[in-house]
Amino acid sequence: MTVQKTERPPSGPTEVQTLDGGPRPKGPRRSPGRLAGLTPYLLLAPAIIVTVLLLGWPLVNNGILSFQNLNMRQFILHLTEWNGIDNYKEVLTSEDFWRVTGRSVAFTALNVVLIMILGTLVGLLLARLGRKMRTFLLVGLVLAWAMPVVAASTVYQWLFAQRFGVVNWVLAKVGFDSMADHDWLATQYSTFFVVLLLIVWMSIPFVAINLYAATTTIPKELYEAASLDGAGAWKQFTQVTLPYLRPFLYATTFLEIIWVFKAFVQVFTINEGGPDRLTEILPVYAYIEGMGNQHFGMGAAIALLTIVILLAITSFYLRIVLKQEEDEL
Amino acid sequence: MKRSLMGRLWPNLVAVVLFIFCVFPVYWMFATAFKPTGDIIAEDPVWFPTDATLEHFKTAMEVDHFWTMVGNSLTVTILAVVFSLIIGVTSAFALARMRFKGRRGFIIGFMLAQMAPWEVMVIAIYIIVRDADMLNSLIPLTLFYMVMILPFTLLTLRGFVAAVPRELEESAMVDGCTRMQAFRRVILPLLAPGLMSTSLFGFITAWNEFPLVLVLNKEAEAKTLPVWLSSFQTAFGDDWGATMAAASLFAVPILILFVFLQRRAVAGLTDGAVKG
Repeated sequence: MTVQKTERPPSGPTEVQTLDGGPRPKGPRRSPGRLAGLTPYLLLAPAIIVTVLLLGWPLVNNGILSFQNLNMRQFILHLTEWNGIDNYKEVLTSEDFWRVTGRSVAFTALNVVLIMILGTLVGLLLARLGRKMRTFLLVGLVLAWAMPVVAASTVYQWLFAQRFGVVNWVLAKVGFDSMADHDWLATQYSTFFVVLLLIVWMSIPFVAINLYAATTTIPKELYEAASLDGAGAWKQFTQVTLPYLRPFLYATTFLEIIWVFKAFVQVFTINEGGPDRLTEILPVYAYIEGMGNQHFGMGAAIALLTIVILLAITSFYLRIVLKQEEDEL
Repeated sequence: MKRSLMGRLWPNLVAVVLFIFCVFPVYWMFATAFKPTGDIIAEDPVWFPTDATLEHFKTAMEVDHFWTMVGNSLTVTILAVVFSLIIGVTSAFALARMRFKGRRGFIIGFMLAQMAPWEVMVIAIYIIVRDADMLNSLIPLTLFYMVMILPFTLLTLRGFVAAVPRELEESAMVDGCTRMQAFRRVILPLLAPGLMSTSLFGFITAWNEFPLVLVLNKEAEAKTLPVWLSSFQTAFGDDWGATMAAASLFAVPILILFVFLQRRAVAGLTDGAVKG
């Protein structure tokens, strides 16, 4: 996925599933013995090599850098100064880091809860609508989904602009006169509100459309059987729909957690983590410390801790997914 | 049956509200881009661009290096997609059709690679690229984008290869093709639609990429469009007309591609879901 709107990787038709990869029947010209055994590895080699070099090496290098005293001076003079675990000591004992971590977790939780609840409701609504209305709403959802992040964030800045922004105008019209010239990006919570709205807006379509697609695969017989058993609408929902959708809900929640936790682009483009660095989440914090303040070693340490935290948050689900895949392959 | 009328009415009402919520930002971007400045800074918003003008598009496109950045974005994106397709399709074939030791491990590895936290790796990548003396170059950008979209490309294509009936390939081989020829003449043509949609998704990802180019290419001549757009509003003060025109120029290709792709994506999801 991600697509990731790439950003958000769109969920393409990945598993068209038939594979068993079983042994081929002997063709007339099957190349003999050892060479044939090597073929799959040769075919895979380019992909593995570039991935190891360009993804694996930066990850390892990030680890190496995090044990170095690498600031502007060392950077310019190409010096390598090891300083053991000093970066980690400094990061882990700083109040800032824990504050940003707490903020990131809360920010992610709030976003994901909203996205999942609203997205699910919209998905169920799609299933209920008539054909025409459904297509109509799908078009709207797809437009929001397709909007490139940076473009969307620019538009949100304009919607919430202090002067001539349409949101302030509407709020003033409906009676909140004090909002007429409100500067949304002046305080922590209102900046977060704009970022939150942006993320929820761009994430709902993915969840809703996924979920709707999932509902279309629920066998009708299940509902018939349930209604024969005298189950009402609510009972059918909790006993047929929900259990059937559970795997999809887990999978999308998992993806949303990863995406929102890494929401560097949205936070950074809306207000660069401001005002006063109060809306920095972990990836932005790592960037500002590392690139902005040129404490590259420190930044690398924060980046590594960010990855560890992300893994910790998702590990429970990651284990399930990996196990499932393992069984299926 | 008083309730059933209401019951039929409210979902449609909610749908209309949701539609407006989804579409309004996109609409407002285009509307603002086409409105004369006087209408943009009117006391009350002008909801429809009745006196449409191309003025703002002109402003946006006359920014220094605009066409260079368009060129950069296209170059980097297209090359990354082409390379990842070439590399991806051979691996996809191996993973879908051959049985060998470590196959599961590779698939799981690529699944994990698909979730790589590129956003937080920018510092390490910056140091690597600086040490290779390649800042402000399109080469590292192309290579990193290629790896960014490779796992998705490869895993998706694996699904498409697996969907090609094995018998087609086998009968080609019975007719005397080598395995390579069978792949080229039988599987590859059948993969064309899959290659198409996969590469378009890769295109979208690379076209939108922001953090890496922000860090690596600071010189105007080496930037791509997302960075140009994100700094546009700061550079132009409150010229929202030009800013929205810039956003529209950036978004239109992707909106078109995405709408075009959507049907396929949902169909694919449903296919995948059946087995779930």
